[in-house]
Amino acid sequence: MEPVATTFFFYLLAGLAVLGGVLTITRRNPVHSALALILTLLAIAGLYLMLYAPFVAGVQIILYAGGIMVLFLFVIMLVNLEKSQKEDQFNKQWVVGIVAAVALGGLFIGVYVKGQALFPEPHAHFVESENTQKIADLLYGNYMLAFEIASLLLLVAIVGAVVMAKKRI
Amino acid sequence: MLDYIQSYLNSNVTPGQAGNVFWAFVYIVLIFLGLSVAVIAMNWLERKILAHMQVRLGPMRVGPHGLLQPIADAIKLLIKEDIMPAEADKVVFWMAPVMVVIIAFTTFIVVPFGPTHAVTDMNIGVLFMLGVSSLGVLGIVMAGWASNSHYPLIGALRSSAQMVSYEVAMGLAVVSAVLMTSLTASGTGTLSMIGIVQAQQQQQIWFAFKFFPLGLIAFFIFAVAMVAETNRAPFDLPEAESELTAGFHTEYSGFRWSLFFLAEYSAMIAVSSIAVALWLGGWLRPFPHALSGETWDLVFSLFPGLTFFFLAGMAFFSTARMPKHPFFRIQTLGLGAFGGLLGLLGIALLVPGVRERVQDIYWFSIKVAVFMYLYIWYRGTFPRYRFDQLMKVGWKILLPMGIGVLVLTAIVGVLL
Repeated sequence: MEPVATTFFFYLLAGLAVLGGVLTITRRNPVHSALALILTLLAIAGLYLMLYAPFVAGVQIILYAGGIMVLFLFVIMLVNLEKSQKEDQFNKQWVVGIVAAVALGGLFIGVYVKGQALFPEPHAHFVESENTQKIADLLYGNYMLAFEIASLLLLVAIVGAVVMAKKRI
Repeated sequence: MLDYIQSYLNSNVTPGQAGNVFWAFVYIVLIFLGLSVAVIAMNWLERKILAHMQVRLGPMRVGPHGLLQPIADAIKLLIKEDIMPAEADKVVFWMAPVMVVIIAFTTFIVVPFGPTHAVTDMNIGVLFMLGVSSLGVLGIVMAGWASNSHYPLIGALRSSAQMVSYEVAMGLAVVSAVLMTSLTASGTGTLSMIGIVQAQQQQQIWFAFKFFPLGLIAFFIFAVAMVAETNRAPFDLPEAESELTAGFHTEYSGFRWSLFFLAEYSAMIAVSSIAVALWLGGWLRPFPHALSGETWDLVFSLFPGLTFFFLAGMAFFSTARMPKHPFFRIQTLGLGAFGGLLGLLGIALLVPGVRERVQDIYWFSIKVAVFMYLYIWYRGTFPRYRFDQLMKVGWKILLPMGIGVLVLTAIVGVLL
């Protein structure tokens, strides 16, 4: 079977993700920003598919669709659209911003230049049809304790949210 | 060319797995056409069946028994003025119906009409269908918000609350069915739609009846949640006519409105096919093991043709009962010709080579059709829920039931 993970699709998806990211921070209307964020997240799901990780891609779509949904509702119910249209979007700390951007960019370039030696060789064979099963083996086998602790943390967070939101239980 | 087609017919993987772009494209076009025809048929059937349930006649004017009514409706919608509210958010207003339709059709990539009759078989089939169809609510909220009007916004908010709550129960029911797939000989479960149906074939039982009554309860939870997910009666609060005019698509007209209509019905077909694939044995014919053997195979393979003969018979019966007045002559002739066409299709489906190939597609479609009838039946008989009742059913009844079934399924699966 011909691999779909061609360079063309990588650049297409990566471009879409970057475009969505730029739109997210430049749109004045928060709803438009949320929609642009969906574009980014879906493009990233596509990138996961190209890495032969369909389970991660599917979970990305489900979780972030739900997440963005909630964000959308927050925007509709809490944000004053009229006011946000007039406000400045960016604060004007150019010096700090440029320093941070250059540092991050330098880091990326450094990793890219020296990276080939640092990172292990990718596995030659990705079996797409076993992706879900492999993840399940890892989560419920090797990393069982960490996984359960993380889920317990989330449970505590949920209970905490309910306690804080509801005066009488 | 013929050799090429012949070689495909003998293959035993889906076009997506074989990496065959041409056949994948053919399948996509076929599914698109089939869905459009199914939506048109549903439009007519829904009005007719609802009418008969309420002791009315339903559409009778356009064509015999109103058979051409959907086509007339479609033409009306296409030539209707397309209004965009002045204060609407233009881009989002334009994007919402397009997004809803794309999402509704995308889910059909993994629907298994047969062991080889799917566009592709993904390792994450069910997850993909649930994920992509959960994106649909975004389109609805976008439509409601972009209309910049009160009723659509309330409809959209209701819709999002409803979908988010019922998705949880739905997901739990699906997980308990996926758990059952891990009881096969190889011992590993699967999320692929085709794999799930094959697991039912291997275990020789539909998952709805496995671990009685656990499978049945999970199926029931899904069957309730899927009605809520598609915003249909009795859970159609997002478009409750008496309260919100038409809900989230109040401001839409003409072609854009018809896109919402198309998306709603294809989403109904999509969730029904998840239910069929997960619990009702997908493309498997009834009793493939209890009633096996060549005779039974032959008997069951005659069903597609006989179904069309039955429809043709109904058409001929109605032709005979048409009024004898000269005014109705063209309609009578048309209905007779329609019956003849159905009969010819029935004969074509009885040809040995054809009837073996369409078997699985037929059984899958007929099971989905039962669900579509149920949708209409619900709409005709159940009163609409109040919003607090809806939330109560979702969170306080279906969710605990779902968790309970999931835990019990896991326990029983380990013990047996």
